[in-house]
Amino acid sequence: MGELTPTTTQILEPGEGQGFATTRLEPLLAWAQKYSLFMYPFVTACCGMEFMAVTSPRYDLGRFGAEAPRFSPRQSDLLWVVGTIVQRQAPILKRIYEQMAEPKWVMAFGTCASCGGFYDNYACVAGIDKIIPCDVYIPGCPPRPEAVLDGLLLLQDKIQRGDKRPRIVKPRTDPVTNPKHGIVELRRSRNSRPIV
Amino acid sequence: MSKALATLVKTQFPEAVLETHAQFGDDTLVLAPDAWKKVARFLRDTPQASMDMLMDLTAVDFPDREPRFEVVAHFYSLEKGHRLRLKARVGDAEGDGAEIDTLTDLWASANWLERECWDMFGVVFKGHPDLRRILMYPEFEGHPLRKDYPADKIQPLVPYLDIENIEKLPPFGPDEGMSFGRQTHAEREDEGGIEDKRDS
Repeated sequence: MGELTPTTTQILEPGEGQGFATTRLEPLLAWAQKYSLFMYPFVTACCGMEFMAVTSPRYDLGRFGAEAPRFSPRQSDLLWVVGTIVQRQAPILKRIYEQMAEPKWVMAFGTCASCGGFYDNYACVAGIDKIIPCDVYIPGCPPRPEAVLDGLLLLQDKIQRGDKRPRIVKPRTDPVTNPKHGIVELRRSRNSRPIV
Repeated sequence: MSKALATLVKTQFPEAVLETHAQFGDDTLVLAPDAWKKVARFLRDTPQASMDMLMDLTAVDFPDREPRFEVVAHFYSLEKGHRLRLKARVGDAEGDGAEIDTLTDLWASANWLERECWDMFGVVFKGHPDLRRILMYPEFEGHPLRKDYPADKIQPLVPYLDIENIEKLPPFGPDEGMSFGRQTHAEREDEGGIEDKRDS
């Protein structure tokens, strides 16, 4: 009883030696979910080093109930996408996401997972939200552990609010090939026509 | 030391060596593509050369030149401690006909290097046992490191999500700023909910 915070508890009526609390089911479930985020680390790149720092005792993810890794997507609630996702990995990431049971959340850890970073090329997916819905974006290259903790708290807030809306980034247009700008033209050789 | 080596190759194959130059102490021989494997075998087997290690094999695309691609191989002798760089120019202006002999049967390390070179530039290595893509996926069309590959051309394996009227704003929205003073469920109830300004 004492653990229930005013967030979910509205009336606390102590009786004769025993008390009871009334609440609504959804906020109570959300309260339970936000403090038991079992994580699936999808670690692909250098952000993984900072991810290890976050999960180390110094920063202690256990304070937020998010420290337990589950290396099966079916047992996990929170998908940490840590690092660059290339086009070749995209089907794997999507499949992992689809294998996770509802309710599920996705965290984009670092610039590459959020928007592709400087990997704006033929090989990389410019942000995982092109493929799967993403809840929280953590900026940084790599983000400091404090930023990650802040992102986790934001996700907990989002869960408590019952907010399920992901954000989608539209694919960008390249100024090189955008006819509106037309600043640079790609040509095979000096005499050939520009490549559209 | 490798200067003597370049001279040795030049006297051995006077018709194959098109030009030579040295950059930062490393000698370079530009070969006729037909002599590629012959010279490589000579470098490996001759005791003065004994190039027992193929360090790197790649290509460079010069879209204004013809032949267009320059296949580059770096050799190193563990025994003698000297290096040599071989180049051969292949391919027409459109990148077709870029063919050269494989070095796989001389150095096993050439296998993956040549696969990468084919994947990225489309240079065909004749006689390679398993010439398929190594970095890109099999569905990929074209060769991405060619200069005429469009800079923003992607070939996604998974179709991108496309939802109307949703734009990502800076990662943290107006109600998601700092970790203190954040809105809670109770406050939402009292104030009739928080307006999400990101949609307006």
